[in-house]
Amino acid sequence: MFGTAVIVFREVLEAAIIIGIIAAATRDVPGRKRWLTAGLLAGLAGSAIVAASTDAIGSLASGIGQELFNAIVLGIAVLMLAWHNIWMSSHGAELASHARAVGADIREGRSECSIIFLVVGLAVLREGSETVLFLYGVAASSSGTTSTMLAGGLTGMLAGVALGYAIYAGLLRVPMRWFFAATAVLVLLLAAGMASQAARFLIQADVLPSLASPLWDTSALLPEHSLPGMLLHSLVGYDARPAGMQIVFYVAVLAAIVIGMKWANRPRKFINQAGAI
Amino acid sequence: MKFLLLIALLFSFTASAEDAGYVLVIKDHRFQPAELAIPAGKKIKLTVENRDATPEEFESHALNREKVITGNGSATIYIGPLDPGRYPFFGEFNEATAQGAIVVK
Repeated sequence: MFGTAVIVFREVLEAAIIIGIIAAATRDVPGRKRWLTAGLLAGLAGSAIVAASTDAIGSLASGIGQELFNAIVLGIAVLMLAWHNIWMSSHGAELASHARAVGADIREGRSECSIIFLVVGLAVLREGSETVLFLYGVAASSSGTTSTMLAGGLTGMLAGVALGYAIYAGLLRVPMRWFFAATAVLVLLLAAGMASQAARFLIQADVLPSLASPLWDTSALLPEHSLPGMLLHSLVGYDARPAGMQIVFYVAVLAAIVIGMKWANRPRKFINQAGAI
Repeated sequence: MKFLLLIALLFSFTASAEDAGYVLVIKDHRFQPAELAIPAGKKIKLTVENRDATPEEFESHALNREKVITGNGSATIYIGPLDPGRYPFFGEFNEATAQGAIVVK
């Protein structure tokens, strides 16, 4: 039962952290709760479908379908998180100060809602399908009875959800003047970490060269399967033995989003200054 | 934009792996062979055949690889080029018994 709990916790953790951060980052977006729930449910439904078609997905593209699928899911999530951060850097402050009526913002708010839906759905989809497969395996094998499996799975899931909620609740306590900077940095690192993971799948599939593998090895110092290692992996994309190409992806996404945020922020500042005059 | 060009360039550079493949079999939640010797400095193609009815996840922190293999299914994983050494791997879904290592010589 304990083994089941640990594995489910590991799978749930990453999705829970992503949802916690996104839920906090979009606290002032109208109707976000509905979209969070919808994303969660769609992700769960998708997990079952992906798990059931693992064979079909895996055999696509001459055996590298699973890697391509994971890389694409991660890639879309990176784009959505980038879009979110850039959109927030130009509209977030207004949303928070309620300077503008909710009605005027609804068109732009709607696009933010579809981002919430997609990011949450994709996070649940990726981690959920593996959990479904694992639990199916445990249920099908004779080693454990169904009730202990369910208890283990539930324990692991609750622990993961609790951690995600702790991050969410913790972020909401951050004072307002630092709140946007704090969530923007978290989302930024989340996106860069996902890009690095996508690169790893493409290297595994032999679609991209590794450049250097590994570029460094900190597994003795901070192993990836330890709890701090797992947390850092989910939060900032920590990898104890990253390939050179993963770092290229990480830095490129980091730089692209920062430039995008700076660019989006510029016109608003100008208008504010003009308004002050 | 420059980054995209770089990626496109690297795609064309991607050398295809050595055709000489290696096979790993999963049976009764154990890897056979438990130790697989491969040459150093070469990229190899590893085929993992799962002869159990339940799914398994091939995972290795040392190799930085993870891949789900369905029950009675098989999967291809590219590994290397690596320096000489011992690189442990395990089956995440049955970690108690599914243990093994790639030995690079």
